[in-house]
Amino acid sequence: MTGTANPSLVERLKSGLDAPICLTWELTYACNLACVHCLSSSGRRDPRELSTAEAKAVLDELHDLQVFYINIGGGEPMIRRDFFELVEHAIGRGIGVKFSTNGAFIDAARARRLAAMEYLDIQISLDGTDAVTNDAVRGDGAYATAIRAMDHLRAAGFGEFKVSVVVTRHNVDQLDEFKALADSYGAQLRITRLRPSGRGADSWHDLHPTNAQQRQIYEWLLAHGRDVLTGDSFFHLNALGEEPLPGLNMCGAGRVVCLIDPIGDVYACPFVIHDEFKAGSVRDAGGFSNVWKRSELFVELRQPQSAGACASCGSYDACQGGCMAAKFFTGIPLDGPDPECVSGHGELAMLAATAAAPRPMMDHSAPRPADRVPVTIGPRP
Amino acid sequence: MLDRRLALHPRVALRPEPFGALAYHYDTRKLVFLKHPDVVRVVRALAEHDTLAATLRACDIDERRWPSFEAALTSLYESELLHDRDREPVAG
Repeated sequence: MTGTANPSLVERLKSGLDAPICLTWELTYACNLACVHCLSSSGRRDPRELSTAEAKAVLDELHDLQVFYINIGGGEPMIRRDFFELVEHAIGRGIGVKFSTNGAFIDAARARRLAAMEYLDIQISLDGTDAVTNDAVRGDGAYATAIRAMDHLRAAGFGEFKVSVVVTRHNVDQLDEFKALADSYGAQLRITRLRPSGRGADSWHDLHPTNAQQRQIYEWLLAHGRDVLTGDSFFHLNALGEEPLPGLNMCGAGRVVCLIDPIGDVYACPFVIHDEFKAGSVRDAGGFSNVWKRSELFVELRQPQSAGACASCGSYDACQGGCMAAKFFTGIPLDGPDPECVSGHGELAMLAATAAAPRPMMDHSAPRPADRVPVTIGPRP
Repeated sequence: MLDRRLALHPRVALRPEPFGALAYHYDTRKLVFLKHPDVVRVVRALAEHDTLAATLRACDIDERRWPSFEAALTSLYESELLHDRDREPVAG
């Protein structure tokens, strides 16, 4: 979506749509990487993962709901053996696919196969314009892997793919370089906000941009925002100035956005994998459609929300109180300020939080080497 | 604009919504909000009538509202959600 939406449209969107505009589907919790900010704490495959037949049935339902496109992620979605089968099924049903990948499984042959498909977008995750910055977050070798995948896509003539960056304290100074890197591949840059979700709950305090850097992001987006994608994720920065950032200035969770996780559970958004924000499952009677239209949680999210502690702040109309997930996982009440509130109210709210912040759920992190117990394999008795 | 013979682009899908409809262009991947049910009705009826003016008349749109419909449809035309029917290849 481009341009700045008019207020009445935003009010209407807040009361919900008949089907999501932006649906994220994490196909698997399995991942070859172990990024420190992984929003879904991915690593190990969940044995309850949706089968190929179940996944295709969900795609058929999304077709009937006229969901125009889906965002596929994970984990690393290309790890699934039926990855191409599912993507081809979606496209065959008129559902466009944009999938996020670390690039490890894009070789020359797969790049050619991807380039031959219509109505497919690829988003390569990259969190630094050099190996040191990137690999500190995404693991050793991840930078080289991503660049190799980008080279394969370019050589295969894929066209305009996306380079997707989570903005942190350590890469915020590289925004111009990210833009130049994407441009050099004929790719489009996408930058999104770091949330304290998944393993990010533990790394957020060290990685999230400082107050001065938030202004830097805001100003960079004012200058470049129409050429880059943001998933409208930086709307909390609108309180920094008179000029709003391009995009919808609202939280879409359960209203225009939702997440289907690898085992078919439906959450309000990709950043709130926690029972509190679980609306139901595609495996329930009535399927996804019933969860979207009638779940108690989504119906509640579509009611007018209280501005709570922010009601007396002159910036509330601009920032809308910020991100629900960011508040939840930093222990701030949902009607309190965003932890990165540009007026500093979030830091006070985090200090004032009486209970410990809720822990993210569904941890599929692979055991770290230190946790592994050596096993001796010998002949059977 | 009122004299034009228009139609919804064949690569555009309309999804009904409480406020009107969402229009999605599969080629440009542009998503557009049609913010009034009457606009949706007019857009759907375009192909059945000779011109935009004839469509508005057939849809019982009060002439005082025509300028706002003309503006709305011009913007859809500029986003390539609508196209000129006469440029369609003749089916054979």
